[in-house]
Amino acid sequence: MEKLREIAGELLKSNDVKVVIGYTKGMNNKVTPFFAKKQEDIAKLICGNSCAQNLAVYLYKKDISDLGKPAIVANIHTLRGIMRLAVEKQIDKKEMIILAIDNAGDIQKLDNLSDLENYLSSVIPQLNEEDQQMLDELNRMTPGERMVFWKQEMKKCIKCYACRQACPLCYCTRCTVEENQPQWIPVASSVVGNLEWHMMRAMHLSGRCVECGQCGKVCPVNIPIHLLPVRIAQEMKTLYGTSTGISLSEKCDMSTFKPDDKENFIG
Amino acid sequence: MNHQFKLLRKESYSGLIGNLLKSQQVYGPVKQEGYTYYKRISYPDEITEDYIIPQMSAKSFVFPKIEKLFSFVKSKDGVRVEDKNLDTIPKKVIFGVRPCDATGIHNLSAIFLWEPEDSIFKKRREQTTIISFACSSADDYCFCTSLGGGPGNTAGSDIQLIKTGTNDYLAEIITPKGAEIVSSNPGLFEDVDSVEKEKYLVRLPVCFDDSELEDKITDAFDTAIFDDLSMKCVGCGACAFICPVCGCFDIQDETKGSMGQRVRIWDSCGLRQFTLHTSGHNPRDTQGARYRQRLMHKFSYMPDRLGVKGCVGCGRCSRACPVEINIHENLQQITKLVKIHKHE
Amino acid sequence: MNKNNIYLPYQMKISKITQEAPGVKTFRLEFLNSGEGELFSFKTGQFGEYSVYGEGESTFCIASPHTRKGYIECTFRQVGRVTTALANQEEGAVIGFRGPYGNVFPIDDWKGKDLIFIAGGIALPPMRSVIWSCLDTRNHFKDITVFYGARTVNDLVYKQELEEWGNRSDVNLHLTVDPGGETPEWKGEVGFVPSVVENVAPSSIDAIVIVCGPPVMIKNTFPVLKKLGFEDKNIYTTLENRMKCGFGKCGRCNVGKTFVCKDGPVFTAEQLADMPGEY
Repeated sequence: MEKLREIAGELLKSNDVKVVIGYTKGMNNKVTPFFAKKQEDIAKLICGNSCAQNLAVYLYKKDISDLGKPAIVANIHTLRGIMRLAVEKQIDKKEMIILAIDNAGDIQKLDNLSDLENYLSSVIPQLNEEDQQMLDELNRMTPGERMVFWKQEMKKCIKCYACRQACPLCYCTRCTVEENQPQWIPVASSVVGNLEWHMMRAMHLSGRCVECGQCGKVCPVNIPIHLLPVRIAQEMKTLYGTSTGISLSEKCDMSTFKPDDKENFIG
Repeated sequence: MNHQFKLLRKESYSGLIGNLLKSQQVYGPVKQEGYTYYKRISYPDEITEDYIIPQMSAKSFVFPKIEKLFSFVKSKDGVRVEDKNLDTIPKKVIFGVRPCDATGIHNLSAIFLWEPEDSIFKKRREQTTIISFACSSADDYCFCTSLGGGPGNTAGSDIQLIKTGTNDYLAEIITPKGAEIVSSNPGLFEDVDSVEKEKYLVRLPVCFDDSELEDKITDAFDTAIFDDLSMKCVGCGACAFICPVCGCFDIQDETKGSMGQRVRIWDSCGLRQFTLHTSGHNPRDTQGARYRQRLMHKFSYMPDRLGVKGCVGCGRCSRACPVEINIHENLQQITKLVKIHKHE
Repeated sequence: MNKNNIYLPYQMKISKITQEAPGVKTFRLEFLNSGEGELFSFKTGQFGEYSVYGEGESTFCIASPHTRKGYIECTFRQVGRVTTALANQEEGAVIGFRGPYGNVFPIDDWKGKDLIFIAGGIALPPMRSVIWSCLDTRNHFKDITVFYGARTVNDLVYKQELEEWGNRSDVNLHLTVDPGGETPEWKGEVGFVPSVVENVAPSSIDAIVIVCGPPVMIKNTFPVLKKLGFEDKNIYTTLENRMKCGFGKCGRCNVGKTFVCKDGPVFTAEQLADMPGEY
């Protein structure tokens, strides 16, 4: 924590960065995103295992971009989010400093995307135990049972779009649910419509999801919605052997077409 | 207000629910995978008392997330429109509503009964009987007392049950609807002499002065505070959907083949599309402007126009917020604003 | 309005469709249930919700004057889902209408005064209702001047009526198109509405001015009017924030504590000066 504050303080002092995107302790001792803009903010920055949110979502938010060059405190989820956003050309030109923090609390300052790529080359993405257990449980179900499970969950969905808004990869300025000519997905919340929406989102994240689980963590009605994109991410790994948010040279597996592809149908 | 009190012994409590189940739909707080929701019950013992506050508020009983307004059938001869039949709205009794949620329904009524009256809302309100549970515990997010509410607040309730030291219940009879339940269940409610309701309620400190809040926030429109408070906001609608008083809605048509219905559905001022014009112009173009609308609607516009607040201090939005925006903390910050004197 | 269900529209038959400009149509609507039509009344400035069943509702003003009974008219540009569905309707088709909602232009208070109308683009419809209401009671007012501008000649709406107003000796009509929007035959002016108003410089003495147009036109016209000596309380305009319900419940259209649907859509510049700029 001291080292983070020291580095962040220097960055702000040298005027190299205008804002440090990190975490602080909010009311009721909850960890909450924080934007340190002045020296006196530095003491409020914290790090640690409870700082689990994927902060990459803030890198393309206008109000924060307007502040100037950022430094971003980055756990593994945020790091992969940044990498994937760069691969998808969302922030590849953005000037920023990444303060990578590993599970042991060690902090490393990364000045650019190739530094980030080097750093990530030694990281093996791993799903947390609890999520893996839930996935295993779902995998053991018959398709019918799985449908019952998801339909039950979809009843709870209130279509607040917290899942979408908290996801760094859901950066579309006009989401398909906002499209009404034609109306692909009903606006109102209903079991089938909600399922359509979440399936659609999961499919759109296939080969892109960085498995941070943020969408599930933020659900106000506790739907483990991250299991859909995460399950697809595992499928992608099996099919194509690729992980996401690790390397600058990774592809967009589901949206890349090669003229010499043996399949003549583009799905 | 001097309400009548009765004693409902623990032995009679299940009997009351059982009797109600015979004549109408009964809902109450039910545990599901560790979380509590207001759900329809078939047996008295499904109701839990082990909860601070259910995940979702009780507003959906009067303002469901999707409400049919009328239906229509299209054919080659034209359209046949069929009005909603209000008689299909069933009688319901909701057990275990928290006082904040009952107040939420009371405040929501101010919006829907503002001229012209929304007859669908009104009918749902009439058909719903609310038996609230006073709070003997609270968590870090609760702040009803700072907004003029409290763990034994009776606004919106027809009967309030207060658990006593002997695990019996004091029943505070608030409305004629509540009195009717008492009179139609003879033998279950007993007379009581002295009532010390307060001693069974949780103590929750008042953290700010709500009239000062209204003054300060009304003058804060042009300040940067809303931009600061909402910088971490990711722009979802969780706070509004989970709020007991957020009543803003969208109107949409849903069709299946030649049949269809026009529906009223929950919407949220936090979403960018809420005020977006087709031209691309958006009067509330930043998240700061949208958060300002959220707070000012609740603490300035509603008190001014409707005489009630848009917030009951339940703390749900803070619990649900993906990025831990805490409304209680934000309101305290606003009350600390230095009073701005506008140039005349 | 239906007292039992405030969301239930009147059934309206489209009795006449006029193509005003590319993508812009006017519908004349008659009550399918003539009893409802007889009970219906509105005042100029009010608006309603027009709907195609299965597609949804859209908000526009009533573009016909309240002096003409038996029908209402609306003019809309085809842009979104509902307006596209409306544009696809044919004469004889039935659509829904809820209203009237909102406040009115206080034209009774304007008796004996000069009236100056300033409109841009698709904002002529709310103005047209007032203009005709005033022309139908022409002897109540002194000079009537109309400024109307659009991007191009083609985009001017109500071309027939513009011609009619132009031919009347009791209306001073100034038409203009944005630079580059003129055709070889164009006889009107070329330039933006605010500068045309500034050049003509109508007298502000005992005069009421009504401005309708996109936010940018309103923001640029107010200073010109101030320069010409118009007092804020004599300048009227309408706001067009997004709405769903039309009666103060859905929570979209408010500008600060003011609900455009209930307190508006008609406001004076004096009222606007006291409101935040959320429009």
